[in-house]
Formats: sequence, structure tokens, C-alpha cells
Amino acid sequence: MTEPSVDRRVGAPRADGAVPDDGIAVEARGLTKRFGDVLALDRVSFDVRHGELFGFIGPDGAGKTTLFRLLVSLFTPDDGESRVLGLDPVNDLWQLRRRVGYMPGRFSLYPDLTVGENLAFYARVFGTTVDAQKATIEPIWRQLEPFAKRRAAALSGGMKQKLALCCALVHAPDILFLDEPTTGVDAVSRGEFWDLLGRLRAGGLTILVSTPYMDEASRCDRVALLQRGRVLRIDKPAAVSAAYPRPLLSVRGGDRLGMLAILRAHPHAASVWPFGASLHFTDDRPGASPAQIARDLTAWLARQDLPAEVEPIAASIEDAFMWDMLHAEVPA
Amino acid sequence: MTSDRHLDGTSPVSGGGGVANRAADHVAHAIDARALTRRFGSFTAVDAITFHVNPGEVFGFLGANGAGKTTAMRMLIGLLAPSDGEAEVAGYSVATESQAIRRNIGYMSQRFSLYDDLTVRENIELFGGIYGLATSEIADRRKALLERLGLASHERDFVKALPLGWKQQLAFSVALLHRPRVVFLDEPTGGVDPITRRRFWEMIYETAAAGTAVLVTTHYLDEAEYCDRLSIMVDGRIAAMGTPDEVKRSAGVSTLDELFLRLTRPGAAA
Repeated sequence: MTEPSVDRRVGAPRADGAVPDDGIAVEARGLTKRFGDVLALDRVSFDVRHGELFGFIGPDGAGKTTLFRLLVSLFTPDDGESRVLGLDPVNDLWQLRRRVGYMPGRFSLYPDLTVGENLAFYARVFGTTVDAQKATIEPIWRQLEPFAKRRAAALSGGMKQKLALCCALVHAPDILFLDEPTTGVDAVSRGEFWDLLGRLRAGGLTILVSTPYMDEASRCDRVALLQRGRVLRIDKPAAVSAAYPRPLLSVRGGDRLGMLAILRAHPHAASVWPFGASLHFTDDRPGASPAQIARDLTAWLARQDLPAEVEPIAASIEDAFMWDMLHAEVPA
Repeated sequence: MTSDRHLDGTSPVSGGGGVANRAADHVAHAIDARALTRRFGSFTAVDAITFHVNPGEVFGFLGANGAGKTTAMRMLIGLLAPSDGEAEVAGYSVATESQAIRRNIGYMSQRFSLYDDLTVRENIELFGGIYGLATSEIADRRKALLERLGLASHERDFVKALPLGWKQQLAFSVALLHRPRVVFLDEPTGGVDPITRRRFWEMIYETAAAGTAVLVTTHYLDEAEYCDRLSIMVDGRIAAMGTPDEVKRSAGVSTLDELFLRLTRPGAAA
């Protein structure tokens, strides 16, 4: 596991010996939050560097929303500490709130106000105007402007999310927290939203974003995989894939249900899951030759009259997430 | 699975066989929509869509946000009258027999499925009653269902206390309690972890294998590959329809992502 929570004090030396320096925009140490009997966050620790686009990837109930609310000062932790831009969300909340842009998971704009009115309202809350911030919001505003007079309620899902992002940016924050900005949005609109985040990142903004869509991990500089309040892993997306600990093969053929059953009966099947048009077979022998396994599986399926194309592949984030879900050690 | 499984020669001609007997007859298609249309004022949300779903088929109903999927589905489950065209679901007309449709279909969405403040058992009993099942039938099916899901020891738990994955599997089973011929699943796997998502799809396969037609919407395009056939709606019309391989091949693309992008953002692709 990455990031063991050895010392819960912010600013304390970390496991790798480095003392956090000015390059760190967000620092979390052992953040823990309970709601009654439910442990929503369980000793979560990580650092986000200035200018990073950092993704929290996990399903509902992973703790993404709770984590963001702690970091933007809307909740206080039961244990652990954090610093955002060097400020403590518990004690420095008023200073912090001026510098943070936060887009909550649930659409929380005024449905009866127009696009332009919503934006003007948020600008005024922070003591600025839309005109003064044109440069900051320009890439998003250009897409919204044709709908400026439309009521927010009448926007499509993708456009609502863009308006919410625009409102979170209108006071020129130093850091953005976007809680599930693409949930329920179609695949094409999701891609466009991530293009916008890429442009904001290129402008130097630090962005923390959460998502349940595993395929969005590749758009981030680094990701934390979250499951049931715990960090499973933190790394660059490519490194998460590269660390997959077993040979992984893709199997394509006609009778997918038949192949699923036959492959699961293979003596070395660690797991077999449908992945789009193919099946992913993980072999339980860490050192085995992928090419040899491919030949074995092809023969194994052929014996059942199931012709298939089998080839070794690199793991996706979703493969890695599923492996970690089933094999992660529970920290003491 | 089924690619194009037409049953016997019975045709679903509306008004032909007499309404009273039709439910007992063989129905060629579980869903049969012909030029189904819905307008809101001057806006045409669903524009003359024609498609069918066979018994035992898993049909993916895809489209961008605002393409008209929800409006079409609301017509098919009898909640919204069509402006034009017609559709039969489980053999009943959506325009004139919406009550009968509701008794013969199952429906599950991410937003509404079960009552959080009722126990597992109370939810099953409530929906069993709504579907018009006898008390003894409800009790039998409840026991079988809870055993199958491994939830027998949780029947007195409040639904809100269940993990999301269990909740969704339970919601799906409850939607099938009255053994409907067609089940509608509206983004059933949103927000679910990737393992639970795949287990849910195995439940869908089992349901279809038992003869139930499944119409499912999803934003996960990898899930669209698990469907026997699919349609992609763009601006109220069906822009592509067929098996996943057919729609990809006819558009000359290798993934559904590419096809989806090409259909929903014409001109965007370089």
C-alpha cells in the first residue's frame, strides 16, 4: 500500500523521509470521519502538488464526497488533519473558502435563474463581477454564452455541469474541488468536460476531482483509488496499470457466456470478468509466460468447441481496481 | 444469445385478436414500437422511432443526455401518452392499455427503486401487493428471492442500511417479483463498483435466459457490448441499431465510443 499513515500530524516527516515543502497544495494525514456506525473515511492520507490534476476514483460509498467536504471546510474530521494551500480547513475556514472553488456532486444552482444570472450571482457572493473574471472563465464561458438567457433547469446534463464549473471558477480560486462532475453525463459530454479540465490545468490551476468512471483516470496526473472509505492505492495512472501483479489476457469469441463458465473452471484462473466485447482472464501464476498462457487458453477453449482469440494485454485502471478490491490488505 | 428470435407466426396486429384474449396469446415481440412520437409544444422529443425487442433479448437503449431516451421509456411503461405512432409492450397498447402494461412489466431505475425506510421484507411485501400477487405467492417468492441473493438473514434490515450493490440486486429482483415479460432498467449500475456492476450483468443474463425481455439504458459504453442488440438515439431519432458488431461494422469503426462520438457530435471527428 502507498501512503501508510505512520504519523498523523500534518508537516511531520513522511515515510519516504521528505518533509512537505511549498510544492504541496493539499496534504491529508489520517483523515477519519464517522456517521453513526458508518466509517465513511478511514485514515486517508495523501499529498497533492501545486498544478496537479488529481483524481479520486471510486464507486458510491467510497468516501469521495465526505473527503471533499472535509477539505473545503464543510465537515470537521473525527480524527486526522489536513492543510489546503497551507490553511487548516477547521481553523482557517474563512480564509480558505475565498481561495477554493467547489463544485458539489448534486446540481446546486438556481434552476429558475438563467445561465447568466446564476453566474452573476456567484460572482457577487465573492465580491467580484463576471466581466472582471472573463479571462479566468473564458474557455468555459465561450461554450455557455449561446445559452446565457436560458433557465438553468432547461439545460442538458452536460451543459449544467459546465455552468456549475463556471460558477465554481468565477471568483478565480487557487484550487478547484470537483465532486463527481461527470456522473450521469453521457460519454461524449464527459470527454468534453475533461478537455476543459485539461485546459484549466495547463493554466496552472490545481484540481482535485472525484469520479466513479474508471476510464477517466487516464486524464489525471495521479489518482487515488478509493473503496469503502479507504485508499487502495495512489499513483500515476500508467503506474497503477503497470503494477498489475499477474499475467492478464484478453479473450474474444462468439459465445461469451459459455467462455466465461469454461474459463472460470480453468485451474489457474484467478479471475475472469467481461470487459466490453472481450473477457479478461487473470492467471494466478505471477511469473508465468503470457504467450504460453495464451496458447494454453486457446487450447482449453478449443477443447469445448469454443474458438477464441487470446492475447496478453496491459491492465486498465479498472482491472487494477478490481484486483485491489479483492486483494487489498486491510490496514491495522 | 438471441440475435433475431422471432417466435411463431402470430403477428401483433393491433385491434386484431380481441383485447381480452391477447394477454394469453403468444406475443411475437416483447416490445414493438412503430413510429412512436412525442412532442412537447413545438419540440419533438421522440421522433417516429421504430424498433422491437424479442422475448429473452437484452436490448441496450443508448443515447446522449437529452436525446429522448427517457421520454421514450416513459411512453413504453405507460406513464406518458404518445403524440403519434403506436407501441405494444407485452402485447398491450401503450396508448389504451397502460394499466395492463404496468402489471406486466418490471421497472428499476437508479433514482427510484426501493423504499429506504422500509425493511427488505416490507419492500418485497409492498411491491408484491402493488403487483397484485396473493399473500401466499408473495411469501413463497420472498423466501426464494432472499435465499437466491443470500439475504435471508437480512430480511428485517432497513434497505437504507444495505450496501449499494445489494440494494441494486434486491431492487432488480423486486422488479421481477411478478414475473413480468419485459423489464426496463434505467441506468441500473450507476455509481456501482466494477465487480458489483459485472455481477449485476450476470443477473441480467440469467433473467433474459429465462425468457424475459430486458431493455437497459447505460452511460457505460463497455456495458453496451454486453447487449444482444442496441439502438443509439440522437435528437429524438434512432441513428443506429443492430448487434454491437453490426453497428460498429456498418459505421466502419472499431469501438462503440467512436461510433457514439461520430453520431452525437457530427463534425467533431477529425
